[in-house]
Amino acid sequence: MKPVYLDNNATTQVAPEVLEAMLPYFCQLYGNPSSMHSFGGQVMQQVRKAREQLAALLGASPQEIIFTSCGTESDNAAIRSALASSPDKKHIVTSRVEHPAVRALCAHLATQGYRVTELPVDGEGRLDMQQYRRALTTDTAIVSLMWANNETGVIFPIEKAAQMARERRILFHTDAVQAVGKIPINLADTPIDMLSLSGHKLHAPKGIGVLYVRKGTKFSPFLVGGHQERGRRGGTEATSSIIGLGVAAELAQKKMDIENTFVKGLRDRLENTILNTVANTKVNGDRENRLPNTTNISFEFVEGEGILLMMDEFGICASSGSACTSGSLQPSHVLRAMGIPFTMAHGSIRFSLSVYNTDEEMDFVIEKLPPIIDTLRNMSPYWKTGAQLCREA
Amino acid sequence: MWDYTDKVKDHFLNPRNVGEIEDPDGVAEVGSIACGDALKFTFKLDENGRIKEAKFKTFGCASAIASASAMTEMIKGMTVEEAAKVTNQDIANYLGGLPQEKMHCSVMGREALEQAIANFKGAPVRAEEEKIVCECFGVTEKEIERAIRENRLTTVEEVTNYTKAGGGCENCHPIIQEIIDRELSQMSEAPAERPKLSNIRKIKMIEETLEREIRPALKHDGGDIELVDVVGNRVLVATRGACASCQASDQTLKNFVEAKLRELVWPELVVEEVSA
Repeated sequence: MKPVYLDNNATTQVAPEVLEAMLPYFCQLYGNPSSMHSFGGQVMQQVRKAREQLAALLGASPQEIIFTSCGTESDNAAIRSALASSPDKKHIVTSRVEHPAVRALCAHLATQGYRVTELPVDGEGRLDMQQYRRALTTDTAIVSLMWANNETGVIFPIEKAAQMARERRILFHTDAVQAVGKIPINLADTPIDMLSLSGHKLHAPKGIGVLYVRKGTKFSPFLVGGHQERGRRGGTEATSSIIGLGVAAELAQKKMDIENTFVKGLRDRLENTILNTVANTKVNGDRENRLPNTTNISFEFVEGEGILLMMDEFGICASSGSACTSGSLQPSHVLRAMGIPFTMAHGSIRFSLSVYNTDEEMDFVIEKLPPIIDTLRNMSPYWKTGAQLCREA
Repeated sequence: MWDYTDKVKDHFLNPRNVGEIEDPDGVAEVGSIACGDALKFTFKLDENGRIKEAKFKTFGCASAIASASAMTEMIKGMTVEEAAKVTNQDIANYLGGLPQEKMHCSVMGREALEQAIANFKGAPVRAEEEKIVCECFGVTEKEIERAIRENRLTTVEEVTNYTKAGGGCENCHPIIQEIIDRELSQMSEAPAERPKLSNIRKIKMIEETLEREIRPALKHDGGDIELVDVVGNRVLVATRGACASCQASDQTLKNFVEAKLRELVWPELVVEEVSA
């Protein structure tokens, strides 16, 4: 059974073009880019090319690109570097809906003498910019806000937020793991100091990431070792992955339009049809300022894990913010921060699409999903009550 | 992805006894939508006082649905007194085990059963207000005490896995720890029926029982059995010789090997066959 893969915010398929570009760098062109011989030197040329491809996608210059092992490493490196470069400042500003790569790190730093402000969001997952402004103090070392949310797709006004930090001479980092490749980014025009991205979210392999550090920003390395990445990240370059990521960046740039037309069209049709055919459903998050590929839908009176496992029987892959799927007992921190009632949060399903999805796949989900919800609701002791309540309302 | 057994998947995808009995002899509602799982359970007796029909409705994850389905299957044909003896561990065992984090699903099944029996005997459908320890999930002191005793829990994390208590704001962790300490000291004061078994002692006793009681009987039929591993209460074995190809070896493992080990070593052991 070929999967209907609608979980692209979790990870993506490696693009065939990416894999093809990578293959020669395992068994044939396996040289170390740092070597003096031309066998290694030719690989250095390709790494340089990849750096240029990444810079082009982000509107940056190549020397501002540092290759890392993943988004989490990039986030850790950025925040720790900011703290190291202003040792007298002890305050971090972030949000309640960040990815664990930032959230757990900040929670850890809070036990190490740092003060952390986690900005709340409203019911649509949006930041209150007045509140953000008030959170910035002379003691603030760094602001770290995600560009787009992985669970809801909601986009924060990052350029504006960065500008407000810049005016106060506070370093600004953004975790753009979900945003890169889906919405246009031109760092040259923004006051963003640091940005994280991850290869496997944009059709490159797992285990490769990037940290963008604006020229002139003080940087203190996270991994100390060799001279690689101009001394900013030790460790032999993951040459094949870097070269693959370069190709993926170029593809992403070319396909940005498709993301915002074709993929968005698929997403909207899936979302609207589900909302129209299944009663008691609701989209979580601001539908206006949202990634084109993501929809997070709550199905009232049922539990997300059941929906996922029943869809799994048909090969449909998605994810849920329900407690049962997280391993903890509470629904996702993002939905809780938004104040989504538990009755809705437990039944939330995220579909995240990519350019590889098709119209037929949407038809398949639209056909299979409503009976699944019916089955689970007929099993639920709340369903009847809920329907009656609706009729009364 | 959770590591669910095939039996859990089967009872989730094809749940038995979904619904509600009109005019039941016993009814119970446990859990709540805010907690993430809830169960409405009804049963009816036949003229001989045996459970003729049992039905459930569940809001919850796959293992909650499977636990309720399993529970209703298990108690059919039982008297109320027999059904009252079914423990959450029995429900989990019936399903071939549940992930630790999902044990609270089996506890919910047992709670519903117990409450429905109480209802049959005259109690109200919803249990009376008791002292709540975990405000987030509405878990009472009694429920926590009982889970600790029946499953010999020793840490707050285990209590959370079995009852959900402490899984939210975590404010009640110190109280749960106090309850654990109190229960454990009571249990050690009354060691009579069930002394705690160390892992090494348990494995040794299993080995000895296999050697002394089980192997001779199997060898008589040209078969043999080998102990592969012991994980908690799961005894992983491999069958050899005639047993390996025998159609009835499942039955032998459950009805003979497991029964013997439960009788002579520890009452909660579950025998599982692995290929090794």
